[in-house]
Amino acid sequence: MASMRDIKRRKGSIQSTGQITKAMKLVSTVKLQKAKSNAEEAKPYFKYLYEAINTMLAKSGTLSHPMLSGGSSTKKAFIVITSNRGLAGGYNANVVKLITKGGFKKEDTVVYAIGRKGRDSLARAGYEVKAEYSDVINQPLYSDAAAIGRAVIDAFSNDEVGEIYLAYTVFKNTVTHIPTLLKLLPFEQTEGEQEKDSADRLTLMNYEPDAEEVLDKIIPKYINGIIYGALIEALASENGARMQAMDSATNNAEEMIADLSLKYNRARQSSITQELTEIVAGATAIE
Amino acid sequence: MADKLFQVQVICPERMFFTGEADMLELKTTEGDIGILAGHIPLTAVIAPGVMRIMNGSEVKEAALHEGFVEILGDKVIVLAEACEWPDEIDLNRANEAKVRAERRLKGTEGEIDEVRAELALRKALIRIDLGQKYNK
Repeated sequence: MASMRDIKRRKGSIQSTGQITKAMKLVSTVKLQKAKSNAEEAKPYFKYLYEAINTMLAKSGTLSHPMLSGGSSTKKAFIVITSNRGLAGGYNANVVKLITKGGFKKEDTVVYAIGRKGRDSLARAGYEVKAEYSDVINQPLYSDAAAIGRAVIDAFSNDEVGEIYLAYTVFKNTVTHIPTLLKLLPFEQTEGEQEKDSADRLTLMNYEPDAEEVLDKIIPKYINGIIYGALIEALASENGARMQAMDSATNNAEEMIADLSLKYNRARQSSITQELTEIVAGATAIE
Repeated sequence: MADKLFQVQVICPERMFFTGEADMLELKTTEGDIGILAGHIPLTAVIAPGVMRIMNGSEVKEAALHEGFVEILGDKVIVLAEACEWPDEIDLNRANEAKVRAERRLKGTEGEIDEVRAELALRKALIRIDLGQKYNK
């Protein structure tokens, strides 16, 4: 059994760690609230953007556009959104896993990293990190998303990459965050529910100047919009994940402290008992 | 005739900019200014930097609309704007600065793409200044 001093020291150190994790939890709760309301305010824009682009592409059979068909390059670009800081449970590892375990060839992969953690782990795993925009994750602006969008679209138009993916964490609610890999280009139409609605809309739709040109302008906006939305959602997810991680860390610390308190009291009691026995034994010896 | 109302939604990435009814909506597309009344044919157009006017009876709301596109669906108009602001949100000093910066860049001899972007920035700045001055007197 450990000595009383050891137990006391251990308890003290756990207590201070617990205080830190508790403070971090409070901080990320506040940040989460802000990020969450941002994410909610941004939602309608993406919903309409997505609907509009789907409506347009519903008739993409008759449209030909380089961004729909894809280039000849076998390289794939990945925009990877992670956090700059750790201590967020599996948040970063889950996003990175989408790429490392996704069955993509390492030499055909180009990474555009947003967030230092993702960049570091992918660079360590031997992936080519072409660009890094880690500063934007703390306070995502639309212009940041536009700059990233421009970079990947340029690479796509110059045929440096043939496909563009976006790896980020969807913020479903405070406790559920889903790591997601989304294919941005070439655009693939989603089948299903919206089909009928969009078919109704497109029968009469006119385009000005004409469909190809409108598409040419809208696709980059769509990409930028999706990246911006992903940044905002990722930020909310990051803070949610950190809040959960810190919450369970605080709980664990409390549990350990309770356990150690018990051990400490036992040790104290046994040392008192021992002392008493020794005194009594000494007294009897003198008599 | 202009009594028929239709739904207008102006949506920015950061927020719902405007939702409400109007009997006429004016905005600038890459093909020129257009005015939209109720029952307009379905149309999708790309927005050029300009002033958007939302009219409902005698009430006229003006806003600077910079980039994005508009989707007109008969009784509903959705403007997906990348940047949009009310006159009282415009920072005149910043717009003036942006104007000077854009003018300088246009005078300099740089690449083609830069020129297009500088021109766009200049146009945005001019719209902001116009609208800001009109309301901030």
